[in-house]
Amino acid sequence: MSEGTLYDKVWDRHKVTTLPTGQDQLFVGLHLIHEVTSPQAFGMLRERDLEVAYPELTHATVDHIIPTADQSRPYDEDAAEEMMSELEENVREAGIEFSDPNSGDQGIVHVVGPEQGLTQPGKTIVCGDSHTSTHGAFGALAFGIGTSQIRDVLATGTLAFEKQKVRKIEVEGELGDGVEAKDVILEIIRRLGTEGGVGYVYEYAGSAIEDLGMEGRMSICNMSIEGGARAGYVNPDETTYEWLEETDYFQENPEKFEELKPYWESIRSDDDAEYDDVVTIDADELEPVVTWGTTPGQGIGITEPIPEPESLPADKQDTARRAQEHMRVEPGETMEGYNIDVAFLGSCTNARLPDLRRAARIVEGREVHDDVRALVVPGSQRVQKTAEEEGLKEIFEEAGFEWRNAGCSMCLGMNEDQLEGDEACASSSNRNFVGRQGSKDGRTVLMNPRMVAAAAITGEVTDVRELPEAEVTAQ
Amino acid sequence: MSGTDDVEIPEVDYVSGSGVPIRGNDIDTDQIIPARFMKVVTFDGLGEFAFFDLRFDEDDDQKDHPFNEERFQDSSVMVVNSNFGCGSSREHAPQALMRWGIDAIIGESFAEIFAGNCLALGIPTVTADNETIQALQDWVDENPDGELEIDVETETVSYGSETIDVTVDDAQRKALVDGVWDTTALMKSNAGAVRDTARELPYVESEAIPEAE
Ligand code: SF4
Repeated sequence: MSEGTLYDKVWDRHKVTTLPTGQDQLFVGLHLIHEVTSPQAFGMLRERDLEVAYPELTHATVDHIIPTADQSRPYDEDAAEEMMSELEENVREAGIEFSDPNSGDQGIVHVVGPEQGLTQPGKTIVCGDSHTSTHGAFGALAFGIGTSQIRDVLATGTLAFEKQKVRKIEVEGELGDGVEAKDVILEIIRRLGTEGGVGYVYEYAGSAIEDLGMEGRMSICNMSIEGGARAGYVNPDETTYEWLEETDYFQENPEKFEELKPYWESIRSDDDAEYDDVVTIDADELEPVVTWGTTPGQGIGITEPIPEPESLPADKQDTARRAQEHMRVEPGETMEGYNIDVAFLGSCTNARLPDLRRAARIVEGREVHDDVRALVVPGSQRVQKTAEEEGLKEIFEEAGFEWRNAGCSMCLGMNEDQLEGDEACASSSNRNFVGRQGSKDGRTVLMNPRMVAAAAITGEVTDVRELPEAEVTAQ
Repeated sequence: MSGTDDVEIPEVDYVSGSGVPIRGNDIDTDQIIPARFMKVVTFDGLGEFAFFDLRFDEDDDQKDHPFNEERFQDSSVMVVNSNFGCGSSREHAPQALMRWGIDAIIGESFAEIFAGNCLALGIPTVTADNETIQALQDWVDENPDGELEIDVETETVSYGSETIDVTVDDAQRKALVDGVWDTTALMKSNAGAVRDTARELPYVESEAIPEAE
């Protein structure tokens, strides 16, 4: 069993008791809710005549169903309007703070929490969304939960949970040009498998991780769940503290910053912490990674050949065959040159400001390919606003991208942004499951945001390293 | 009203019924319930949308899928392969299966959040190795009316003349067998200790901690 890791320390600080099931009852420091997975939980509370126990530690936003084009109310789609109204009523009744679209703070739940300083090191953070692992970038213990568990957290401020093992993933060295955090995590999932992390929490460490800004760390922690790990984290450091200091919460409560810093320092993994497993990855070796299949673990370097199903472990062969059929790719070929119909720059993995800035540098002065429908969906209203002030919107629009309002959008196709028929999409999101982007014949190729920009321009999967960056006028 | 005390939580130490084989690894939650069916504020009507895109084509005509087959319509035990339920945390997935009629799932392995969500509904997710599962799937295929008996407590599954050992996660087994899988009431009874834990955490402001009831 691990000892002295951030995970152990945060767990111990939040443990209320051990339940008769052998699970621990954990206190939840921040409960984030959104419109898709919470209404049923509020319904369960009403059925049992229970109230929200810790409304001040709960925060709501709307992201999954919100239209990203026309957001005037009532929404065009009745079901979306109903879910939004339900959320509005629930938060009003319970006195829960809501980053609604009129606040200028709305956005994808995993973008909003960190922006406002709600996400902090050493907190336990849960949300009815599997990408809650994102918040681990700050040294929080953050994981996704189901709706019955949302009910538990609403009703009690706690959760029944089993302690897991800790795997340290050390990424040492330096990332090459054109290689990003997204490539690191796609590579990790490819090596360890989509199930490799089941039963584990991932601690990301090593010089390549320390060199990343908070956004890159978030991209990595975000996709922990794609590797089977329910949570992933990075130990807090000066990069973390610099981000926190700028957020609303610490701008409004500067004294809190000094007050909490010793706590943040105290929960860092000890130098001699014990792990259940350690994996090392050489950052210098990596190249941009793209997926060729229908699970995030089916990735390859952009210059590498798509594997023969027979060369894979026995239990992966069948899935690989079906995936190659669905994607219409041939083993032995590379993904370079794969035709793209749609380019989606968005999602809680890669729709933060630096993501859009980097992609804009590829797009600037170029034009979206005639056969490509390209859209940028900023992760939050704040990202959107700053990007517009910096002139990024103009760059994207001049190139032929649509510039949208904040939301999950085509990451999961719950609003009007969906793939049609068998369209192929270069996507900066995190899941390439069949049907994920709204069409069951749709084909998703996951990649980093600069690679998405490159694909939008050329109309095919392209090694972004071969596309020189435009002179940077935007900043 | 006395709140959660009214909720009766049954013990799930034994589940029986006929089986339905769902073959394939890495069947994700988007396949179990496509996102477009999640635009609902209750789970009530989800059963008919289970595996929807695997069951119907564009014109809503039926495709080959066990959930469409007449002989499996009364089945309540699903037999699946590895990493079943990977992907999102949507409880809509087990809710849809439960409302279709599934009471228990036997498989090679399950995604963690999915298994947790099943537990919250009192649905056991028990595991066995690849060979055992394949044999079981074949048997179910040949015996669609055959009875499967899952003994959660002793970790066995009986079918035909066979009894096989399966694995049930310790916490899951205890929760099901003792009838404490619905944790709300249990955890609510510790409200005092919860407040104490909160008070010890430097980031929790005292105003955020509710007064004792
Ligand atoms: S952006 Fe995609 S992955 Fe992230 S919360 Fe929204 S739907 Fe989920």
